[in-house]
Amino acid sequence: MSQFAINLLFVGGSFLLYIGIAIWAKAGSTKDFYVAGGGVHPITNGAAIGADWMSAASFISMAGLIAAGGYANSTFLMGWTGGYVLLAMLLAPYLRKFGKFTVPEFIGDRYYSSNARLVAVICLIVASVTYVIGQMAGAGVAFSRFLEVDATTGLIIAAVVVFMYAVLGGMKGITYTQVAQYCVLIVAYTIPAVFISLQLTGNPIPGLGMFSTHTESGMPLLAKLNQVITDLGFNEYTADVDNKLNMVLFTLSLMIGTAGLPHVIIRFFTVPKVADARWSGGWALVFIALLYLTAPAVASMARLNLMTTIYPDGTAAAPIEYEARPNWVKEWEVTGLIKFEDKNEDGRIQLYNDSEAFKAEAESRGWNGNELTVNRDILVLANPEIANLPGWVIGLIAAGGLAAALSTAAGLLLAISSAVSHDLIKGRFNPEISDKGELMAARISMGVAIVVATYLGANPPGFAAQVVALAFGIAAASLFPALMMGIFSKRVNNKGAIAGMLSGLIFTLVYIFVYKGWFFIPGTNNLADTPANWVLGISPLSIGAIGAIVNFAVAFVVSNATEEPPVEIQELVESVRYPRGAGQASDH
Amino acid sequence: MSGHSYDAEQYWKANLRLIFGSLIVWALVSYGFAILLRPMLAGISVGGTDLGFWFAQQGSILAFIVLIFHYAWRMNKIDEKFGVHEE
Repeated sequence: MSQFAINLLFVGGSFLLYIGIAIWAKAGSTKDFYVAGGGVHPITNGAAIGADWMSAASFISMAGLIAAGGYANSTFLMGWTGGYVLLAMLLAPYLRKFGKFTVPEFIGDRYYSSNARLVAVICLIVASVTYVIGQMAGAGVAFSRFLEVDATTGLIIAAVVVFMYAVLGGMKGITYTQVAQYCVLIVAYTIPAVFISLQLTGNPIPGLGMFSTHTESGMPLLAKLNQVITDLGFNEYTADVDNKLNMVLFTLSLMIGTAGLPHVIIRFFTVPKVADARWSGGWALVFIALLYLTAPAVASMARLNLMTTIYPDGTAAAPIEYEARPNWVKEWEVTGLIKFEDKNEDGRIQLYNDSEAFKAEAESRGWNGNELTVNRDILVLANPEIANLPGWVIGLIAAGGLAAALSTAAGLLLAISSAVSHDLIKGRFNPEISDKGELMAARISMGVAIVVATYLGANPPGFAAQVVALAFGIAAASLFPALMMGIFSKRVNNKGAIAGMLSGLIFTLVYIFVYKGWFFIPGTNNLADTPANWVLGISPLSIGAIGAIVNFAVAFVVSNATEEPPVEIQELVESVRYPRGAGQASDH
Repeated sequence: MSGHSYDAEQYWKANLRLIFGSLIVWALVSYGFAILLRPMLAGISVGGTDLGFWFAQQGSILAFIVLIFHYAWRMNKIDEKFGVHEE
């Protein structure tokens, strides 16, 4: 069987499974559509959150980021998991007790203001739409590499599948497909990692293998990696960073942003009880950690594998000849994600760090510049080929990458469509709409959202890579503080909350735009985006945490200068703090 | 409801104490051990590197899991103690 047929079998099989679930889990009411009927088991919900959360970025890009940055990029590992501690303790149980359907609905009710709700809807839509573009683009990449179809055709196939289960089943369909997608993606991620760990260290658990002995050299794996890459002029993999303030703030922005992303929060509305919301936070992190503990191992091992492939006789000897390059390099060259240019025309592949410090050494070896560029996104996708694993593992990776992209896309699309149908149509324009009418409105909004997301995925705006930082910045600076203060303070009122959200949001956006260009239009930035220009060395990607602090501070000052919230609002705050009665509250 | 107000206040304080303690550990393992205090832990070696690196790439995640389960377990006990748990 050809590799193409195997890939088709795995991807097609997984798609049939998702469609089967869609037909089985059809939504009959708005409660089914928005919160899967509210009866999802906490472990089931944990797995669904895992798939909802782990996107194309986690599955495809994260290991590549860590491989390239080493210790410095541990921020992604801590930032994208630490947010769950905040969610499980500061938001999820109380929002579940509140027992409504959307995040803006809580903000609107708690701050007794339809304007506050509208601000929340806008933040939600901007954060979610920017995020969904990346998922659709990721699905396109996976299709074009593994199924040899044009990326746009692949995207349309993916959109039709998502359309079937998300429009028919709403949250109910999405929940059970996400559980299936979690299983597909975790198996796909783990199997190649286990084989590579066995090959390099003899340890079947990649997370442990990373910290054990490299069989071939007898050195600890990370020490071997440090040695190989420093020989070629790169920084040590485990090297410490100088700018600790920025590292702390970037990690904090990712954590707060994670906790404030609406598509994750609404998953906690699907469990029956407040206690279940707490447990599902823990289970979610267990399921996420299965991938996140493996990712750093994949990163270090793949980097070492790449180096020893190019320098089979050690870094002191000559690198391999271009004609002798392994098959996987040839296959990825076709996609343009690996590029080779024989700068010194010796027919060999020189891969090293083109830095000033290494220049003398490179010249003495007759090297004329680094000749191989490897796109860091291919690390996970090429993993099975690098380790010479059988064809079915490659098929599995294809299905896993698509599962990661589609499950996150579906969660985001639900967050968008419920904000439109529940917060805008029912909440603002047509409060008298019947349950059936609202369900239809939700389905239509979902359909429109899928079409828009597919279009943007096929024609990604030039700034697509930067907008993910924007999504985290918005969630951190606007939504998270408003939600947290709504629960932990009885004193913060409508004026304070709106002023806080807007100032946090505007502060964050302005700081990003000053360095990245206004509305990401190239050339409109006021200052070059270099560390020397950053205020106190804080990168625009790390500013969300400061935006959150601005939001908290403004909300407190404005609230204390104006009147207390009405008594019934203080009673509402009181009631979300105590779990008793959560069951009834959801039947409204 | 007024008869319960004393208990309700104590319940909320117990929750806040538990959250506060958990967040101290949360900050210590990530911002502390993995980032700011890493140079101080450099002497403790773990599999070819130092303890701070391990916390940054694995240890903090494991600690987060323990923190959430501990919080859920303790809060369910506190819910029952104050009689605010769900039937």
